Amino acid sequence: MTNLASNLASVGGQAVPTGSHDAAPEAAPIASLTSPDPSDDQQRRNYRLLRLALGVIRLGPVLILAGLIIAMTLLSPVFLTTGNAGNLLSQTAAIAVLAIGQLLVILTRGIDLSVGSTLALASVLGAMAYAHGSSGWVVILVMIATGAAVGFVNGAVYVWGRLPHPFIITLATLSIARGLALQFSGGRPKRGVPGIVRTLGNSSFHWVPYSAFLVLGIGLVVAAVLSRVVWGRWIYATGGNPEAARRTGIPVKSVLISVYVMCGVLAGVAAIITSGRLNAGSPTSGNLAELDSIAAVIIGGASFLGGRGTVANALVGALMISVIRNGMNLLNVGAFLQPIVIGVVIVLAVESDVVRAKLEDRFRVLQAALS
Amino acid sequence: MTAALAVRGATKRFGAVLALDGVDLEVQHGEVVAVLGDNGAGKSTLIKCISGVHRLDSGTIEIDGQPANITSPAAAQAHGIETVYQDLALFDNLGPSANFFAGREQSGPAWLPRPLRVMRRRSMADATVDVLERLQVSLPDRAAAVGLMSGGQRQVIAVARAAAFASKVVILDEPTAALGLRESRRVLDLILRLRAEGHAVIVISHAMDHVTEVADRAIVMRRGRAVGEEVPSPESQRRIVALIVGTAAEPADSTNTNRTTSPGPPV
Repeated sequence: MTNLASNLASVGGQAVPTGSHDAAPEAAPIASLTSPDPSDDQQRRNYRLLRLALGVIRLGPVLILAGLIIAMTLLSPVFLTTGNAGNLLSQTAAIAVLAIGQLLVILTRGIDLSVGSTLALASVLGAMAYAHGSSGWVVILVMIATGAAVGFVNGAVYVWGRLPHPFIITLATLSIARGLALQFSGGRPKRGVPGIVRTLGNSSFHWVPYSAFLVLGIGLVVAAVLSRVVWGRWIYATGGNPEAARRTGIPVKSVLISVYVMCGVLAGVAAIITSGRLNAGSPTSGNLAELDSIAAVIIGGASFLGGRGTVANALVGALMISVIRNGMNLLNVGAFLQPIVIGVVIVLAVESDVVRAKLEDRFRVLQAALS
Repeated sequence: MTAALAVRGATKRFGAVLALDGVDLEVQHGEVVAVLGDNGAGKSTLIKCISGVHRLDSGTIEIDGQPANITSPAAAQAHGIETVYQDLALFDNLGPSANFFAGREQSGPAWLPRPLRVMRRRSMADATVDVLERLQVSLPDRAAAVGLMSGGQRQVIAVARAAAFASKVVILDEPTAALGLRESRRVLDLILRLRAEGHAVIVISHAMDHVTEVADRAIVMRRGRAVGEEVPSPESQRRIVALIVGTAAEPADSTNTNRTTSPGPPV
């Protein structure tokens, strides 16, 4: 974990390459101006090939997910039954919600390691509120407010404490929130959550779990906000070029704090789903969920360098992790192999992001030559 | 005629270093002025003071004859001054329209706090296309992320963005430094179009050929002072270079219109 995380942190600190070294191909276009150069045709072919390759990489995660689903359907007769599909969706829900929150943070070149612990703290506090006689809505509010509070601490310390990277502060809150959850609960699950929470976490409409509808709803709202609302544009701008964002008057600090708060809020929503599933607020819930959520975002095709990625990337990534786990269970492949396979997929995903950046560099150069 | 921009007695000190020492600069509407000088001559400090990144210790800045108190980049923009820095400050992950309107998105409804407003994406895209067409900028794909564009296209987008929002003055820092021949050509054409539209343009450049081609006047700076002014032409290039490096002009040139105010010792 430390290895992966520190690796990720160093990647996150890198600047997005700019197109300052594009002067290289200047000789070629001049030649092609004066005479019909045969290499021009070749360049056009390369250009089209590159565009195709970039398109494939962009669609890669969806294609891989589709391939996995087809393979599993062929390999296991159980996979595509409504029972298994419902189970799979319900297992995915919490990871998917966390991944949407993580996406917002990663878009700004950040990372939030605390979401799993935040989930545990929120579900423990929610279950305790219920034990003290709070109604279902109050319990939900408690869980979401807990998430928002942890998120605010992350964002505020990162920005106002002028930390170079959010890694350390969210590592600290990972530890603190988990400790608080254990402290408040005495280390044991708090049994019993309100009916509405149980319904959200553990009931289905026909075979489709309510949590899947919740994920879909949240996904649609966040996707709309990211693409259509000013705040969403500012998130992309902050991740794309923080310095330029500052210069154009975008309130970068507020944007950063707000994404950590939103990530915390979504960890609270994941707590609702998880405690509903367990009918308890457990201090050990969400263990290593931060890594699942990060993995989902990266596997789904968002860039760890910030500024690129959509809700669809996060959801596809979350589904991919679930399908791999579920499929390996169905095929009776040893449980110890699962983390290995997921780890390999993460490496492939990050590598394809690197390859994409290289291809885009070539694309730029060719475009300069052809324009 | 009132100058679009008039800087008088600009002085700026960083600790013990006198970065600007009483610099005067005037730029008319529809005029391109090149600011030349060796590294550390004070060019960058001068434009950063005009664009609000630094504040002058003393001296005044007037826009269209009115004193302008430029205390921040936002204040400079409010006075109609836009600056294109060497790093371009583009968002590689966003398209031209998002880059144009970053931080000043058109959005509504007005009663919502600004971050929560819905963007008018169509209207911003149309406005971007209008500006690009007006400036005769051709792009292969107007929706593609600018990170996918060539150095020249990116430069052109950054300059067009500045032109779109600058009502008075456009400042360009080394606009052709990283570009090939043809790409430089496009940027120079664009500068000439800005001039034709009546913008006052300040260009910092080391490329003497480019300065000669687009600039109406060249101000030479050395050690924080404006040490001379020339009309750039193939004939005056040697005098300009002599001013920049601080060597006395050759005897044959010594009787010409070289308005050197302070020759200074050779560097």
